Amino acid sequence: MGSYVPSTAKQREEMLKAAGFSSADELYRDVPEDLKFKGELKLPAGKSELEVDRIIRALAAKNKEYLSIFRGAGAYNHYIPAIVGSVVNKEEFVTAYTPYQAEISQGVLQSIFEYQTMICELTGMDVANASVYDGCVAAAEAISMCRSPKKRKVYVSAGIHPDTMKVINTYCGTAGDEIVVLPLKDGKTDFSAVDGEGAVCLYLQQPNFYGVIEDAEEAGKIAHEKGLTYILSMDPFAMCLLPSPAEYGADIAVGEGQPLGMPLSFGGPYLGFMACKEKQMRKLPGRIVGETVDTEGRRAFVLTLQAREQHIRREKASSNICSNEAHCALTASVYLSAMGPEGMKEAARQCYAKAHYLAAELEKAGLKRCYEADFFNEFVTACDDPEALVKKLDEKGILGGLPVEGGILWCATEANTKDEIDTLVKEVCA
Amino acid sequence: MKTPEELKYAKTHEWVRFISDTEVEVGLSDFAQDQLGDLVFVNLPDVDAEAVEGEAICDVESVKAVSDVNAPVSGTVTEVNEALLDAPETINSDPYGAWLFRLANVTDTENLLDAEAYIKFCEEEAH
Amino acid sequence: MKTLFERSVTGRHCTILPACDVPECTPEITRKSEMRLPELSETDISRHYTELAKQTFGVNDGFYPLGSCTMKYNPKINETAAALPGFKNIHPTQDHVQGCLELLHTAEEYLCEITGMDAMTFQPAAGAHGEMTGLLLIKRYHELKGNTQRNKIIVPDSAHGTNPASSAMCGFTVINIPSAPDGCVDLDKLREACGEDTAGLMLTNPNTLGIFDKNISEITKIVHEAGGLCYYDGANLNAVMGIVRPGDMGFDCIHLNLHKSFSTPHGGGGPGSGPVGCKAFLEPYLPGERIVEKDGEYALDPRGAESIGAVRGFHGNFLVVVKAFTYLLTLGREGVPEVAKNAVLNANYLKHLLETTYDVTNKGICMHEFVITMEEMKKINGVSAMDIAKALQDYGIHPPTMYFPLNVHEALMVEPTETETKETLDEVAKIFLELHAKALEDPEYLHSAPHHSAITRPDEVTAARKPVLRFPFND
Repeated sequence: MGSYVPSTAKQREEMLKAAGFSSADELYRDVPEDLKFKGELKLPAGKSELEVDRIIRALAAKNKEYLSIFRGAGAYNHYIPAIVGSVVNKEEFVTAYTPYQAEISQGVLQSIFEYQTMICELTGMDVANASVYDGCVAAAEAISMCRSPKKRKVYVSAGIHPDTMKVINTYCGTAGDEIVVLPLKDGKTDFSAVDGEGAVCLYLQQPNFYGVIEDAEEAGKIAHEKGLTYILSMDPFAMCLLPSPAEYGADIAVGEGQPLGMPLSFGGPYLGFMACKEKQMRKLPGRIVGETVDTEGRRAFVLTLQAREQHIRREKASSNICSNEAHCALTASVYLSAMGPEGMKEAARQCYAKAHYLAAELEKAGLKRCYEADFFNEFVTACDDPEALVKKLDEKGILGGLPVEGGILWCATEANTKDEIDTLVKEVCA
Repeated sequence: MKTPEELKYAKTHEWVRFISDTEVEVGLSDFAQDQLGDLVFVNLPDVDAEAVEGEAICDVESVKAVSDVNAPVSGTVTEVNEALLDAPETINSDPYGAWLFRLANVTDTENLLDAEAYIKFCEEEAH
Repeated sequence: MKTLFERSVTGRHCTILPACDVPECTPEITRKSEMRLPELSETDISRHYTELAKQTFGVNDGFYPLGSCTMKYNPKINETAAALPGFKNIHPTQDHVQGCLELLHTAEEYLCEITGMDAMTFQPAAGAHGEMTGLLLIKRYHELKGNTQRNKIIVPDSAHGTNPASSAMCGFTVINIPSAPDGCVDLDKLREACGEDTAGLMLTNPNTLGIFDKNISEITKIVHEAGGLCYYDGANLNAVMGIVRPGDMGFDCIHLNLHKSFSTPHGGGGPGSGPVGCKAFLEPYLPGERIVEKDGEYALDPRGAESIGAVRGFHGNFLVVVKAFTYLLTLGREGVPEVAKNAVLNANYLKHLLETTYDVTNKGICMHEFVITMEEMKKINGVSAMDIAKALQDYGIHPPTMYFPLNVHEALMVEPTETETKETLDEVAKIFLELHAKALEDPEYLHSAPHHSAITRPDEVTAARKPVLRFPFND
């Protein structure tokens, strides 16, 4: 019924006639008759907006929204300030294309420049790109940056997010890299297998998938001793409390930017951020915005270093990325502006404090942490029957931690109140 | 357009300066830099890379294009002009001063043109 | 305009978080360096971004004929749907997601019907990501048959840059073949290129010149007979959806751009969604999980060891799929071909209005887009495709795609889409004709365009030679 075609039947006739066609079918005279789709598509009939609204709302209502969430595992429930939605829903930002036409795209270009600056400030790096699809792809693209024709070995910690491991396997496997997985010992990555021979980089996640704070500085030292590029993936809140990727010695910093103002959204759209030191600037994939001047000497922003990209370098490009997650990058910028440096540090402290309070309370309830090492806002506890416990909590409207091998992976953020935590623990005991 | 007499040229618009019988310095001709427009970056080859006459060895970037630089002769890269990384515009302003790389153990020199032949070649190509 | 960092005042802030209600504690080793994030009030932030929005040209601001980008109107009901808390607040690993799964399953069904495919994955987050995924399916197919020597992908010279780049990323060698004079695939060149080492062909049909390749069945047959597979780049599906299906043209796998044909917004560069569809024999190789339905209950079913693995975390850009699905519900079976027909009608009508003045490369009919070449004009008085593009900005028109496809010199690629009115097209044509006259009489005026934008043309050479990629903070 709806198609957003505004021309009236009469206008269409006029247009056809003017362009020299006798009927609409003639528009497809280049399509061989035997190829044309005959009959009707097996789709329902078109609908009015009100009908569509009802169907969509009914679908959304079939999903369960939880009263409180104690699960992270790669997707985090943080509070999103009201200004974020208000800004990012502005139609200009929503409906604009990639800012190839700089003169009429200064707004979106400047917002990306500001985003790049903020990612550099968080990570302590020199240069950031305008985003990639998500944290997993950021990891794979970072490894691609290190590729050398003669060395194919890549060290990857076993403690990284399992989806990231899968994506790295897909991207790097097809490129012919040899992936050496470094095992965990007491929840932390064991670097003893790193001999550096024929290898290009080491990839570590801080905190790791199990929440444990890794010896990330040590990892950097080992990587550099062996002549490897050190890629560190970090949660953006962890960066505000723990040392930054630069302080840990990282050469490339990547991560999942979803915690910076993006809702959980059943997994996407999310935001892959990437930043590096200046010496690797030209290897950084994707779009990058730079500052310059216009013909009158006024400040201007443009997409720059484009000769690295697929639309110019074609088969010689090191990445094929074109569309990115610009709108998510804008979201992160607005979020970081609203939080400010003090707000980000406070949120990070609260994530840490609440997760530690949760861990202490759960221990009282008999759920002991599996690893001794300190953690940021996630941790694993032992549990005899994780599925049963999570189901019990579910019935009370609580999304419990994620069942993982050996127990449950819990998470707390600044969005969880003490009351919620106390209620959770009461239900665990019940 | 300048085409110094003392240099040799390749049909792919690189100039060659013989340092000795087996060592050369390579850059882009005035004609090449003019065609390419404002250069913004040079991807230099690795030292020790093997250059094969007629094959791409590195590339130069303008704002909206990337162009291969071919090896005008065969040889081994002994040195690259790192100053160009910070000042690629030198290729435009001083094409015969802005050498890209030096080669040793040079062979396959028979296809090189002298200045006169190269000027003629450029004229033909322009038509 | 000032950046956020220049607006920042030490000590200013928004009050977002309450005080911590649990005992405070800190880790052993903490961050030392300062983060120079901006310190702003909510008013500052609101005004800053309102100002930036004014300097951003979206589909809502005016005509946006970017060829091959399908900048159609982005319906508001789609945005409402994606903002529903029942989608937005759902954790990707939680249970009780029947609504999400039903939506993905039904979207897969509809899109497979439209494209003539048997299965689809929504994991790829963009068109190029989809290309990579599709090529990996092709690679896996040949590997499992023991044909590892099939390592070449054939790409016509009119292809989008992502095609060769994606092929190279997947470890394939790219064989570029020149187009025939009419812009279509040169069958002889294709036959020459095909052989024992052919892994497949990547093709956009209609192609980037806006021409439907009549020989498409012959093309896919040649590749299949050589043992290769055929990949359909869905960038231009808007012209033919509901009219002719890639599956019926002989393609084995495809990607769609939900942010083109299916009306989801571009967001200033993304997020998009690039679902990949395939014929049944490639289905086991798809990434991510299968969505299966039994008695009205939906479940995620992991694919086996033959799968290429994962190309992104979780289930892809889910909310983008929600928007596209909402659009499909609105269109329905009759709306899908209606979109295509009107996209083609609008393009032909605008072409008709321009072709007596401009040099349009499409001599006969065009599909959803057509290409103008400014080559002659540039020779006469130096007015280039770039000059016309920049001058259009002064009239509130977003320029067409410039300098693409690569096989046309001084190209302007115009795609009006079906969501524009006849009045707009008439008005736009008038402006194009005016600019043509202006170009002949006062070329200098066009060289220095735009005259009314926030900035004049930026110095891109300096931007690339001396990159300033972050705010310098006077350090």
